[in-house]
Amino acid sequence: MTDTATTERPTGLSGLLSRITTGSNAGSLRTSLTTVASSLAAVAIALSICAVLLLVTGKSPVDAYSTILETAGDSNKLLEMLRRSTPLIFSATAVAVGFKMNLFNIGVEGQYLFAALIAAEAGSRVSLPAVAHIVFILLVAMAAGALWASISGILKVYRNIHEVISTIMLNYIALSVIQWLFENFFRDDTVEGLNVKTTIIAESGQMPDLVDGRLNAMFLVALATAGAFWVLVYRSRFGFRLRASGYNPNAAEVAGIGARRMIIAAMLISGAIAGLVAMYSVIGETYAYGPSATPTQFGFAGITVALLGRNHPIGIVIAALLFGFLDSTSAVLQLADVPNSIVKVMQSIIVLAVVVVNEATIRRLNARTAEQMRAQTDSGEAS
Amino acid sequence: MNLLQRMPRIVTIMVVFVVTMSVVRTWTGFDDLTSSGTIGATLRLTVPILLAGLAGLWAERVGILNIGIEGMMILGTWFGAFGAWKFGPWVGLLFAIGGGMIGGGIHAISTIRFGIDQVISGVVINLLAFFGVRYLSELAFVGQPQGGISQSPPQSSAIGRFDVPFLSGGRIGGWTSPDILGNLEERGWFIIGDVAGIARGLTNGVSWASLIAIVLVPLSAWILWRTTFGLRLRSSGESPESAESLGVNVIRVRYQGLLISGAFAGLGGGFLAIVSSSYYRQGQTAGRGFIGLATMIFGNWRPTGVLGGAAVFGYSEGLKLVAGNSITGLFLFIAIVAALAAVTGLVRASMRRTLAAAAVVAVAMLAYLTVDEVPESLTQSLPYVITLVVLGTASQRLRPPARAGVPYRPGSAH
Amino acid sequence: MTTSTPPAVALDGIWKRFPGVIANHDVTLSVDRGTIHAIVGENGAGKSTLMKTLYGMHRPDAGTVAVNGTDMHMKSPADAIAAGIGMVHQHFMLADNFSVLENIILGSEPAHRGVIDAASARTDLTELMRTVGVTLDLDTPVSELGVGERQRVEILKVLYRGADIVILDEPTAVLVPEEVDELFATLRRLVNDGTTVIFISHKLDEVLQVSDAITVMRQGTTVASVAPADIDRAGLAELMVGSELPTPGGRTTDIGETERLTVANLSVVGADGRLVVEDATFAVRAGEIVGIAGVEGNGQYELCTAIIGLRPATGTVIVDGDDISTASVRDRHDAGVAYIPFDRHREALMLNSSLWENGLLGREASPELSTGPLVNIGAARSSTRDIIDRFGVLTPNETVPAFALSGGNQQKLVVGRSMITEPAVLIAAHPTRGIDVGAQAAVWAELRDARDAGCAILLVSADLDELIGLSDTLLVMFDGRIAAEVDPDDVSPAILGGYMTGATTGAAS
Repeated sequence: MTDTATTERPTGLSGLLSRITTGSNAGSLRTSLTTVASSLAAVAIALSICAVLLLVTGKSPVDAYSTILETAGDSNKLLEMLRRSTPLIFSATAVAVGFKMNLFNIGVEGQYLFAALIAAEAGSRVSLPAVAHIVFILLVAMAAGALWASISGILKVYRNIHEVISTIMLNYIALSVIQWLFENFFRDDTVEGLNVKTTIIAESGQMPDLVDGRLNAMFLVALATAGAFWVLVYRSRFGFRLRASGYNPNAAEVAGIGARRMIIAAMLISGAIAGLVAMYSVIGETYAYGPSATPTQFGFAGITVALLGRNHPIGIVIAALLFGFLDSTSAVLQLADVPNSIVKVMQSIIVLAVVVVNEATIRRLNARTAEQMRAQTDSGEAS
Repeated sequence: MNLLQRMPRIVTIMVVFVVTMSVVRTWTGFDDLTSSGTIGATLRLTVPILLAGLAGLWAERVGILNIGIEGMMILGTWFGAFGAWKFGPWVGLLFAIGGGMIGGGIHAISTIRFGIDQVISGVVINLLAFFGVRYLSELAFVGQPQGGISQSPPQSSAIGRFDVPFLSGGRIGGWTSPDILGNLEERGWFIIGDVAGIARGLTNGVSWASLIAIVLVPLSAWILWRTTFGLRLRSSGESPESAESLGVNVIRVRYQGLLISGAFAGLGGGFLAIVSSSYYRQGQTAGRGFIGLATMIFGNWRPTGVLGGAAVFGYSEGLKLVAGNSITGLFLFIAIVAALAAVTGLVRASMRRTLAAAAVVAVAMLAYLTVDEVPESLTQSLPYVITLVVLGTASQRLRPPARAGVPYRPGSAH
Repeated sequence: MTTSTPPAVALDGIWKRFPGVIANHDVTLSVDRGTIHAIVGENGAGKSTLMKTLYGMHRPDAGTVAVNGTDMHMKSPADAIAAGIGMVHQHFMLADNFSVLENIILGSEPAHRGVIDAASARTDLTELMRTVGVTLDLDTPVSELGVGERQRVEILKVLYRGADIVILDEPTAVLVPEEVDELFATLRRLVNDGTTVIFISHKLDEVLQVSDAITVMRQGTTVASVAPADIDRAGLAELMVGSELPTPGGRTTDIGETERLTVANLSVVGADGRLVVEDATFAVRAGEIVGIAGVEGNGQYELCTAIIGLRPATGTVIVDGDDISTASVRDRHDAGVAYIPFDRHREALMLNSSLWENGLLGREASPELSTGPLVNIGAARSSTRDIIDRFGVLTPNETVPAFALSGGNQQKLVVGRSMITEPAVLIAAHPTRGIDVGAQAAVWAELRDARDAGCAILLVSADLDELIGLSDTLLVMFDGRIAAEVDPDDVSPAILGGYMTGATTGAAS
């Protein structure tokens, strides 16, 4: 048997995830600094690629970037950034829970839209005191998201269907089911015109604003969720088992951590968090669900934010703020004659660059750790 | 390889299908179940899914998952529409292939060169393609007549269609041959009418592009199983270590496989933008890349299987399009097929199978008798539900490439 | 030996360093054409590194490689293949879903304009098989072949490429005795046809039986070249080890009366519906080590995983009087069953996680290592430090990722994690596989200490010296059944071998 450590380390996603455990490695400070530096480098690379893209297509990267930078001084834009980052934090956290055990929840999109409809409808049908009403709606949203996500978990555990395929299929199925439920049962028929919605939620169930009309308290819930994620994943026994199942599922099984239970649990938690994605809109802005009023596409955006934030809560919050900021600049960009869709292209390229640079950094860090260990222990095992 | 061995099974499936459909049609009076119109629509709707499935197959046969097919198809729709708008439909298809290959190339570089996770790379490519073509539209289509950020200007010419002479009234020179199948179909005789309808659907008004796509099925099988290139390509998906130890350049083969995969996906996208319609529209792919992946899985990673899977989706979509009210007839179809399965279960003394099949018969019959109309919103999800059901019931008998999805670094063999 | 023709392979002054390790130094080797040349040495003596050098899988830092008298500078296996060198790897490199034919011709396909000429491949291979004296159905998928047949496919692969120098890396490790005999007959036939065979092994009897010349390696270098006629087993072993074979010592304490592990009528059904463990019944008493001998793949793995609850089984498993037959893995663990897995990388370690997290795995629910629902990181770290100290894991601290440790130290961590809980029953599968002699002695000492403290140990091993030296009772598994129970003090490897291969059938316990 040959024991050359350089060939046995898992790379890919598990390698990426493994490095993120805070405070568990020798020289973890230097490791963290290296990863932060490499992320910044990756963002810089991505911005340069976008600059080239702009140049090639006859637009001025200088105009684009200076417009974006100027926006950073505008306090309204900064509030806009916080507002836009709220759903991203939820979505990315939901995705990251799955990633921790190498489970790809690509179905956040369907889960949160389904949850938004169910929670909006449930919230409009009850009357409760102020705080309890909000809590009730949030709990219903989490339950609905978890329910939809659990289908994929069950299909994986009992029918061995890969969650990537099942969550994608369930996204499309969710859209159908939502449309059917909405058209036939939940639509508020008193509303005329195109902007159809569910019945408006009573004031007791409306999330208060932090800054009038610009930011509501769901942002704080998002931050709290990220914090809870940290405790759950890095400090709790459940989190340890979750990560163990991701690092080495066979070893986890041998250690008595049942893979089936972990898969179901991870999907339920992921779906529950996903259920909160659109709540900033449902109970904070429109106070109802509506096919055109409730925002879409945050499920996929969450994947990119989770990757950019390396599945760590602090990273996710920073990445969500960055993406929220970039999104908030699109209106200004259009004024400066730069197609605002470049913002989304930029985000995709940033994620691709970060993932690539991460992979290279981890490889190098791992090789260095192994070498240092050899030097320190000086155990010369041949072949 | 074992086409001959498989032939009888395919024939059995087809005979069961036609006879059952014929019974259902006569019973329910839904003539569109096997009409040439439905089958023609089925063919048009099958082709893009088929190409997406083959794209998945080529990628997984070299050992790499391709979740980015959807994105590569999106690139195909955009570049295809652009090329067709500027230079005509055939050049458009070439543009579409090129667009898909860009996506395939990105996937190859990020997973092979940089070793990033294959699923992540695919997901990012989907996003990049979706937003990238929006950006490109803003540059190329905005301000053009009928063009905009989410739509291209319409193309002025289309790819030709043909009718087969004598069978479906095709023209020879200036003379229109008799439409034999069409006549037979109109009589509506039991079985004969159905066969005629199906055959006419496949021979009447067929786009040359569809023909090319269908030919790609045996071509893929031939290349993968009969040529040196194909053997080496598959070896990369089965055991890259042994391939490398025998001097196969696994890295190069993987790049080639992904570029071919991208080309197939791009062609599928191009078909949507040039043949199925005459312009690019945002969201035109509508998840067909993902359905293609599903057909690859239940086609058991074989080209003919992919064709079969794609046809199931194409048919369910085609029927919905041509005669949405006939869909309840499918409940009866399912009930009869399940009843046959229950009988074979009894013959083989498999209690579980018999009971499961009997349960399906009961549910399907109940649905047929009680449901008058399936809501439009729910029928949209039919292909996706079918995918999950098929995966859930057939996944035990599947034989994927042994190392699909497992990253490989050259020199890691010991 | 001196001949007029140059040697088939001549290595001179080969050095090969890896980061922190000198794997080969000053290696000299001369292999005559048309002979079977054995290279013997312990695990880690540098044999595999040397063969990789010869096969072009890496380049030596110093020294020369000459093939048939010509100096070679091989950059890849392709160069080696071109020079007529072929390698049969210890771990077969075959595509399971491919047919025998596809596996053999891959990379050297007879083709006409890119289209495989299957007919001519078939003719060539039939002819080749006839010459070598093997028969295989060319259309069978490799997944349906047994180990011996797979090895024949590997050899055919090499010969099909026209190799006249064939390297076999530990070819007999996976074979049962009859297959070994067949292999040797095949090798003989090859050599008679002019092929040169280089045969790597650490099984001395085989080496003495089959080879024409022997080169001994120790600690990264070649220490002697001898002819089999001039040396016996003991002499060869001394050259290999430097002094004498490590012999596991006897015991001084008594075996207890109480049965701590009782297994009755345990059966396991395999994936193909066949019984892979059939009606296993035995008991392990306090302070007793029961060894399980057997050629790998005769149900040992399934037996162990069934006892720890990882695999559904019928029958009874009782630990300290408690019937745990239907309990979960975790409940069995809590009942006092500990497990040292067969493969530490697959089943025991999270390679990218820190040592303390690895030390915690499986014990995260124990009250002393947790605070309510949270992990008590301080306690977990100090507990892992205990393992490191007590089992002599060579590492600067407990925060190092597991991949950075050498194989032996990883194994010591795994063994320590299983034993530090002072389990009632320990299932130890290959506890010293792939580790160096020093680590092996340390693990053996720990097993004896645990036994003396009253632990009931079930020991599965492929190393007969380990089994005979440690076990108080020895069971032999063959084809899923416990074929015999023998007294380790009174059994020779030869007798044991008879039971292991099914050649002899004895009284089942």
